[in-house]
Amino acid sequence: MTDEDLSGFPLALEGPDVPMVSFRTVTKRYGELVVLDALNLDVAEGEMVTVIGPSGSGKTTVLRMLMTLETINGGVIYVDGKPLTHMPRNGRLVRADSRHLRQMRSNIGMCFQHFNLFPHMTALENCMEGPVHVLGIPKAEARARSEELLDMVGMADKRDQHPSRLSGGQQQRVAIARALAMRPKVMLFDEVTSALDPEVIGEVTNVIRRLVAEHNLTMLMVTHQMGFAKDISDRVCFFYGGRIEEQGAPDELFGNPQKERTQQFLSAVKEAN
Amino acid sequence: MFDWRWDFTWQILPRLVIATGNTLMAAGFGYAIAVVLGLVFALAQRTPSRTLTFVVREAVEFIRSTPLVLQIFFVFYVGPQFGLRLSPWTAGMIAIGLHYAAYLSEVYRGGLDSVPKGQWEAATSLNLSTTRTYFRVIIPQALPPSLAGMGNYLVGIFKDTPMLSVIGVAELMHTATAIGSETYRYLEPYTLVGLIFLAISLPTAAGIRVFERWVRRKLGLS
Repeated sequence: MTDEDLSGFPLALEGPDVPMVSFRTVTKRYGELVVLDALNLDVAEGEMVTVIGPSGSGKTTVLRMLMTLETINGGVIYVDGKPLTHMPRNGRLVRADSRHLRQMRSNIGMCFQHFNLFPHMTALENCMEGPVHVLGIPKAEARARSEELLDMVGMADKRDQHPSRLSGGQQQRVAIARALAMRPKVMLFDEVTSALDPEVIGEVTNVIRRLVAEHNLTMLMVTHQMGFAKDISDRVCFFYGGRIEEQGAPDELFGNPQKERTQQFLSAVKEAN
Repeated sequence: MFDWRWDFTWQILPRLVIATGNTLMAAGFGYAIAVVLGLVFALAQRTPSRTLTFVVREAVEFIRSTPLVLQIFFVFYVGPQFGLRLSPWTAGMIAIGLHYAAYLSEVYRGGLDSVPKGQWEAATSLNLSTTRTYFRVIIPQALPPSLAGMGNYLVGIFKDTPMLSVIGVAELMHTATAIGSETYRYLEPYTLVGLIFLAISLPTAAGIRVFERWVRRKLGLS
């Protein structure tokens, strides 16, 4: 871990077109199993990139590493030009300590498949927790901002409800508001509709559509909703076996996939629907 | 055969009621120590430090595997050899508090483990510190599943306070025995002790169940 050679990685990314997120030969292993194999992936500021692929292809791991929920075994991830997984010390990169991670994490927000709202807090309290206790925003201000966000996701009237009183779609919308309340530059959506009943998927995807249309957020999304991915993505990456097998604009990738595995995957998904 | 004397009963009752106060105080103080120290034991076993986890784990196992009365004797009689000269009350509180802390730490451990991993991940994604995550997110959710076990041990510690009589703490059992040796009558004092324990244990157990439901409702978990 400590003697890995990081001399080839810059201490910071500079230049006119620094990507908001940059994976540089990132490798992730669980024991013998290679989950991600020297992944290179750049996401530009304001870009919406969707990750698709069969289960076990490493797509969720990409988001989890970016949220620092998983450590990486090789390579470096940069966010907004600065290293996330590492930090500069004495002119070279070393493993990030918890302080560096905390600082860098403030750029990133995440929504989960199972929402992960805090069940003992109301919708509003869920949204205020981070702004008040992490960002140190005064309570009144945090409340106003959280109410605004809950209004944006159409949950203003449910702000005093606990998650157990809300449907899955409602919970996920609160979770989106909660993540946005931390004012991240990058938003991660990890299969946010997978645990939802079909009839409420639309209320969550509509919120994400609005985000794409009205905000300049950089977004990375893992989803099984191909139609949704096609509609709103700037770019789609097809993962297979821990690598990006194919990527491109949604029209190209869905309309004219080049690789055989992509074709197989897409036709299998189409059949399932 | 059955020679129950009511006048004697009424005569000793005030002494036993006063001693009940001591018993409740011992149980209360001991439990307060156990509740806090138990949490320390449980959290210490969840730190990244393997040495700390190992030491605390073994200490908890050691305490749980040896009799309470031995621990009481140990603190009170062996303590002075290490310069630890304690009054019966202090020694008793330390011993019983430590003993029940070991048991409560296991209850907390179960409660803490029952909180889904996703809660930690959400807290990380909101950049909450570890301490804040524990006190704002994890412990409030670990509490309701722990309450039944905590309640059992509250009744347990109360029923174990008679052990403190062996080092001369003037609780209920100690007082009843003293009355017996003064009057050569044991039936009434010991019967009364039993009834007093029953009269406190039963409502406490019922009260805990009510409290548990109240906490769940208060936290919006049901």
